[in-house]
Amino acid sequence: MPEHTFRLNGEQVTVDVDDDVRLLWVLRDILGVTGPKYGCGINVCKACTSHLNGRAVNPCAVPVGALGPDDEITTIEGLAATAGADLHPMQRAWLDQDVAQCGYCQPGQIMAAVALVRRVAEEGREIGDADLDGIRNICRCGTYVRIREAIRAGARDMM
Amino acid sequence: MTDAEPTSPPEPAGHSVGRRRFLGYVLAGPTLVTAAGLAPAPAARADGIPSPEITELVDLNDVMTAAALPTSGLITVEVGEDGSVSFALPRTEVGQGITTSTAMLIAEELDLPVDRVRVTLADARPELLFNQLTGASNTTVSTFVPVRVAAAVARGRLLRAASAELGVPESELTLKDGTVTGPAGRRVGIGALAAKAAAVRTERVAVDLKPRERFTVIGRSHGRVDALAAVTGRKRFTMDLDVPDAKPTMVCRPPTINGRVGSVANLAEVRALPGVTDVAVIGSGVAVRAETFGQCIDAVRALRVSWRPGTAEGKSDEVVLKELEAAELPLGLPPLTPSVEARFTFAFRGNSALEPNCAIADVRADRAEVWSSLKAPIVAKEAIAAKLGLPLGAVTVHVTEGGGSFGRKLFFDAALEAVEASRAMGKPVKLMWHRADDARQGRAHPMATSRVRISYLGNTVLGYRQRHTSVATDLSHGLGEIFTALAARLPVGDIGFSETFFQLSQNMPYDFGAHSRLLSETDKGFNTGSMRNVYSPDVTCARELLVDRLAGKMGKDPYTFRRDFLRDDRAKAVLEKAAETGNWGRAMPDGMAQGIAFHSEYHSVSAVLVEIDCRPETVGRTVRDAVTGPRVTKAVVAVDVGLTVNPRGLEAQMAGCLMDGIALALTAGLHLRDGHFLEASWDNYFYTRQWNTPPELRVVVMPDSTGEPGGAGELGVAASMAAVACAYGRATGTMPTRFPVNHGTLSFEPKPTVPPVPASPTDGLDHVR
Repeated sequence: MPEHTFRLNGEQVTVDVDDDVRLLWVLRDILGVTGPKYGCGINVCKACTSHLNGRAVNPCAVPVGALGPDDEITTIEGLAATAGADLHPMQRAWLDQDVAQCGYCQPGQIMAAVALVRRVAEEGREIGDADLDGIRNICRCGTYVRIREAIRAGARDMM
Repeated sequence: MTDAEPTSPPEPAGHSVGRRRFLGYVLAGPTLVTAAGLAPAPAARADGIPSPEITELVDLNDVMTAAALPTSGLITVEVGEDGSVSFALPRTEVGQGITTSTAMLIAEELDLPVDRVRVTLADARPELLFNQLTGASNTTVSTFVPVRVAAAVARGRLLRAASAELGVPESELTLKDGTVTGPAGRRVGIGALAAKAAAVRTERVAVDLKPRERFTVIGRSHGRVDALAAVTGRKRFTMDLDVPDAKPTMVCRPPTINGRVGSVANLAEVRALPGVTDVAVIGSGVAVRAETFGQCIDAVRALRVSWRPGTAEGKSDEVVLKELEAAELPLGLPPLTPSVEARFTFAFRGNSALEPNCAIADVRADRAEVWSSLKAPIVAKEAIAAKLGLPLGAVTVHVTEGGGSFGRKLFFDAALEAVEASRAMGKPVKLMWHRADDARQGRAHPMATSRVRISYLGNTVLGYRQRHTSVATDLSHGLGEIFTALAARLPVGDIGFSETFFQLSQNMPYDFGAHSRLLSETDKGFNTGSMRNVYSPDVTCARELLVDRLAGKMGKDPYTFRRDFLRDDRAKAVLEKAAETGNWGRAMPDGMAQGIAFHSEYHSVSAVLVEIDCRPETVGRTVRDAVTGPRVTKAVVAVDVGLTVNPRGLEAQMAGCLMDGIALALTAGLHLRDGHFLEASWDNYFYTRQWNTPPELRVVVMPDSTGEPGGAGELGVAASMAAVACAYGRATGTMPTRFPVNHGTLSFEPKPTVPPVPASPTDGLDHVR
């Protein structure tokens, strides 16, 4: 089987698996990194949201063969380290707002939130209602209002 | 406190022996383990209102609590030598926050920081009989006393051991933050006392519970005990468990509901696909086991199966609606007095959680072990044992924390499939449903109609009649135990059970004269289940819409009308609170309106006020692949659940209930065509998303009005759905009668049914943002 090398949460990893196996399953089933969740498998629910070179990506829709050795994948497990702390400011905001109910979608929500804040900041804007309305991540427990509050707070702390 | 052995004859465990005096146990063992039976049946609660309403005398919670009584077994609190306190909760945490609230109860009695209490979920314990069912918002109601009794017994034993250790009377000792302190600052930690406080023989002990006025934990907001694990990705769900050799497994499912496998044309070919280890025909389809789930998906898509018909062959929404009309019980002749009347239709709705149906199973010749998030684990264990032909004791069922439930986890469809696949393959399996499977073959809240007539004369309401007609709701999880579950499967028994459940869960909060509500069910061909709040959202929505209409006929404001006709002071108080907080009656532009609704259940009351924007520019706003439509712009939820254990947790539950109510009223329905549901994705089934979330939400938790906890987890759904429907009717000038209101428009291109699951996308890198 072909070997694939990429960076995962700050470390180089190599896996033996067919090119077309989606990254979500490489992470979960082969590498045992289970923070990114399965919720649909077709890039709709966003429960698997992680980062590729700092931007939001959905591993359920990325064949592992599409990654290069310098591509940096960050999952929820590696997020705090990108801020050089035990917890990323967005994770702290999530705790402060006590956002999670069942918690299944929350790793993806947090990763999407961080990428959104970065993108909006690059555009020189502050997070607005339209940005929050555009978040596609589903929370079937309906924690949306606390998510919105946490993102605004987390965004302030990321600056 | 062994010498505190009661002088009166022994009573069943947990029974009150005084105003606040209860009996518990110290169990023999090397470390301190204390126990209590589950709750004594409270005196039937009348909530202060003389009324013929059965639900006010005894509701479903009372039945469940009472059913638990004689056989309940014991729940135990253990103090470890590291000073931690552990409790295995015989319930299932699926997001509703019961591990947190239970830790708070124990922390309260032991004066411990909440984070020193470890609450885990108990394996299936058949000796608990009825008493291991998570449902009907009953957990806190039924465990509030016994959990504290067990903790209080532990407290007493620790103080007694400290007294011996420090050589001072117990009256001079205080227990705080896990340390017992005596005169002159002498102290000893509870970890050091754990073994000394242990019993060499099991003893019965009488204890006092801490009085409410001394509560420092109960009633104060506390963050979830699993929050850190959730935000760091460390929280473990079934699919995250590493059970040796339990490889990914999925099932190729039929194109119509409950279709059966006829034959498979290419078994050998699929067995040879990359990563695939096993392929086996099971009852529900063709199971595939592989190295990764991605390879399972590819294999499922590659299978060429000829299918036999299912149980809803050829049926559509229209066909089922005709069945419902035929099954509707008569409403009686039109009254001679004025009346308002309408029939409402509610589409099938999915109760999928975000975590799909899943289970791990390791079946051997002589035993089986299963991991799954199960709200009725005893029924699951017994059904699994029966399916495998194994003695009950040879089956171990571990209850895992669930990624949501909403009624879905009362069933164990994935666990049964997993044991079947594991047995057929002779290997452990980690079985997961694809989202498309979950939407199309998973359980749904049944399609229903509700016909309501209210007769009146002048300003007096003379009578209320409601005929609720529903596709049969599968309640075969019974009250958590196989004997009741089997009774529910009998054709007659199930109808009796459904009707009983219906009557026990519904009530008439308004002074509406003679009233009757009847349930009629038809068509058992669908995979159904009770969805969060079960019958109440539809039943209440129908009632509240007609209440608005009646108020209009009488020339009254919807809020004033409700306040005038509500019979109960707690009910009036939440309604007034919602109206006041939401500034009821404020001027709004054309196309926008407020709506207000009320619902009571589980000895709790709730009122919801919403504002909705139905103006064309809002309805027509565009979000990619989204149903936008009317937007709820503001919501106020006022609740009185009696004694609130964790206000912050309650607020979270109410926020979730509101999102459910918005979805039920506006966007979330399943379309039945040709024997299958068209929806196969979260972008087909429109549960509330961020673009439909109200930017403004207030949850008001009323002060304790009863001194006892009422049910809360599902409480807010009914009034939320009704308030949104009422607001929609007032904003558009037309009372909605079909739900969700967008059901007449199909807003997506249905995915094929063969193969049953969509291909995994490959274009993820094009959408990096």
